[in-house]
Amino acid sequence: MRAGRKLGALLVGIIAIAIAIAAAASAQTKATTITIESWRTDDQSIWDTKIIPAFEKSHPDIKVKFAPTAPTEYNAALSARLKGGTAGDVVSCRPFDESLKLYQEGYLASLNGLSGLSNFGSVAKSAWITDDAKTTFCVPMASVIHGFIYNKDAFKKVGIAVPKTEAQFWAALAKIKKDGSYTPLALGTHDQWEAATMGFQNIGPNYWKGEAGRLALIAGTAKLTDKPYLNTFKSLAKWRPYLPKGASSVQYADAQNLFTSGRAAIYPAGSWEIAGFTAKAKFKMGAFKPPLPAGQKTCYISDHTDIAMGLNAHSKNATAAKTFLTWVASPEFGSLYANALPGFFSLQTKPVSLKDPLAKTFVSWRGQCKSTIRNSYQILSRGNPNLENELWATSAGVLNGTMTPAQATSRLQKGLNKWYHPKKK
Amino acid sequence: MTLPETTIEKELRTTESEQLDPLGSAANRRRTFRPRVRRFPWHRLVFIVPAFVIYTTFMVYPLLDSLRLSMFSDAGNFVGLDNFRTLFGDSTYSHAFWNALKHNVVFFLFHSLVQNPIALLLALLLTVQGVRGQAVYRTLIFVPTVLSVVVIGFIWSHILSPLWGIVDTPYLGQSSTALPTLSLMSVWQWVGIPMIFFYAVLIAIPHDIIEAAKVDGAGALRVFRSVTLPLILPMLGVITIVTFIANFNAFDLIYTVQGALAGPEFSSDILGTFFYRTAFGFQLQSGSDAMGATVATAMFLIILFGVLVYMFGWARRVQTYEM
Repeated sequence: MRAGRKLGALLVGIIAIAIAIAAAASAQTKATTITIESWRTDDQSIWDTKIIPAFEKSHPDIKVKFAPTAPTEYNAALSARLKGGTAGDVVSCRPFDESLKLYQEGYLASLNGLSGLSNFGSVAKSAWITDDAKTTFCVPMASVIHGFIYNKDAFKKVGIAVPKTEAQFWAALAKIKKDGSYTPLALGTHDQWEAATMGFQNIGPNYWKGEAGRLALIAGTAKLTDKPYLNTFKSLAKWRPYLPKGASSVQYADAQNLFTSGRAAIYPAGSWEIAGFTAKAKFKMGAFKPPLPAGQKTCYISDHTDIAMGLNAHSKNATAAKTFLTWVASPEFGSLYANALPGFFSLQTKPVSLKDPLAKTFVSWRGQCKSTIRNSYQILSRGNPNLENELWATSAGVLNGTMTPAQATSRLQKGLNKWYHPKKK
Repeated sequence: MTLPETTIEKELRTTESEQLDPLGSAANRRRTFRPRVRRFPWHRLVFIVPAFVIYTTFMVYPLLDSLRLSMFSDAGNFVGLDNFRTLFGDSTYSHAFWNALKHNVVFFLFHSLVQNPIALLLALLLTVQGVRGQAVYRTLIFVPTVLSVVVIGFIWSHILSPLWGIVDTPYLGQSSTALPTLSLMSVWQWVGIPMIFFYAVLIAIPHDIIEAAKVDGAGALRVFRSVTLPLILPMLGVITIVTFIANFNAFDLIYTVQGALAGPEFSSDILGTFFYRTAFGFQLQSGSDAMGATVATAMFLIILFGVLVYMFGWARRVQTYEM
């Protein structure tokens, strides 16, 4: 009995202290705290040391907490938290259907009328807009640009200039191979997505004329068996002799290591590699945009919308969260973010001045070429088989030589025919 | 007649008599010690309930619920067997399903025809009298089984990489070689488990039986065929069925080495990876709880069928010996 009474007294004491602490804490923070959901765990320190302090300086009444979840778990964890009502106030948006679904289910609020959205063009917003293009539900943050990163020392040693046309590109590859000191192209097909993302989606926009081709596919006026797609695969097939030894078992990390260790000359890239490559490579790097096919003047680049931020529809701090999102749409944030994470480019129409030389090269193409996004991301991957994964398999097949370009395109169109009928709608 | 044989005879006789009259002796005992008032045996509940509750909550209930889920649509409407019609009727699913099932069979054949015979051979070598360092070998062969699959997959994919490794052929990158290579990687990792099982049975065989056979003039092979093999046959059955269940539930090695797409061109896709893509989605393909549960149910039925074949076709027929 005595022991029980003692325990009771102890408990009361603990509770009293806890209440006191809580009261003190709440008295201290009159400011609203908003929480950000994100999959960018790598960026925690950049948010904590650079971005959040900058925001809190100009908005002393709002405290921001960056609470990321591992990328592979993000979609599932976020949707569970939104359903359970425990999600953060501001939510990082994946492009296209993943976020569209959240908006349609009522978890993301409409952001129409948010001042600052006017800072973005229609391509930038296309990833976070309803199919009828009437409602925007996320503020675009960053895109990634495709191109080729090359080893400047290797180019000097072999004696080649930066290729501008496909003919020059193939001549350069042949020369590097003949020289023998470098693997011409650091690209493997084992993980499949590199073949599609860094291969097909990298050089393809030049063939299907960027947005025009992408939208024609969605409208159903163009088919994947058409010339542009066939020619993209034909061009891709020419890479085959220049890939590393045993390319079909070379993984993404293998290709990265091959290039950063200085054993390869050219790396078909996405701009997200910039930070990692700059840290690892001991040689000078440059970048060139997808070489132009014969006779073509206009260039097109894949400037893929990748990340945005939206408002949790059930947020208790919606006003503060909206203030924050307005700031995310501002040029100040654009510049901060793009410079803290070279390779993730601001989507604002007003250009952001960058310091990283490689990132500068990539972003300069926006002024020279027309931008488009990956053609499999909007609508065309909603059904089964989804176009994105089909592109992985066919691109890898063409690069491995197990599939001809014609087989690849007919398989893609067959897959799409199964579930996508734009004219019937 | 020599001395060992009579001992065996005596042993056999005693075990026989115990077997013949197990109920009788138990009944005798009960008669002697029966208490006057029958009390409910609470202590038994204490032992049974925790395991029962945990097993039911975390094994039986999810299993039954996934069976239930396979008869509902993603929106939660009852659809009967429609999901199974999709799985076997829609070529997008059925193609992948049969392809994966075929690969599971290959995976299982590799394990039962390569892993288990090697395991038996190793166990026999470990029980040979007078070989030094048996404990060291036993440990070394068993070590890979305690390593993480991620480690195994990583090491092997580097050994087998034409870029960094010791081979020129991309074994993991060719449709024709990917699955056999992965199967052998798995065999390399898990051979220690059946080896230990066989080893445990082999060392339990009384020496006097083997000595008796030798005295009767049997050579090493004859001893194995007529004495050892019949005695380990029940264990061979157990190992085969355990291998079967593990192989048809396999997922981790393939997922680690080849990813969820089990490339190249699904040439190493097994039911586990097919289930993963169906249930949880992959990249832009969104997952479907209902179809995932349907695939899981199909896997459950396949394994159930295998276990039933084992139980009625083998376990009830194979002769077991008391030693």
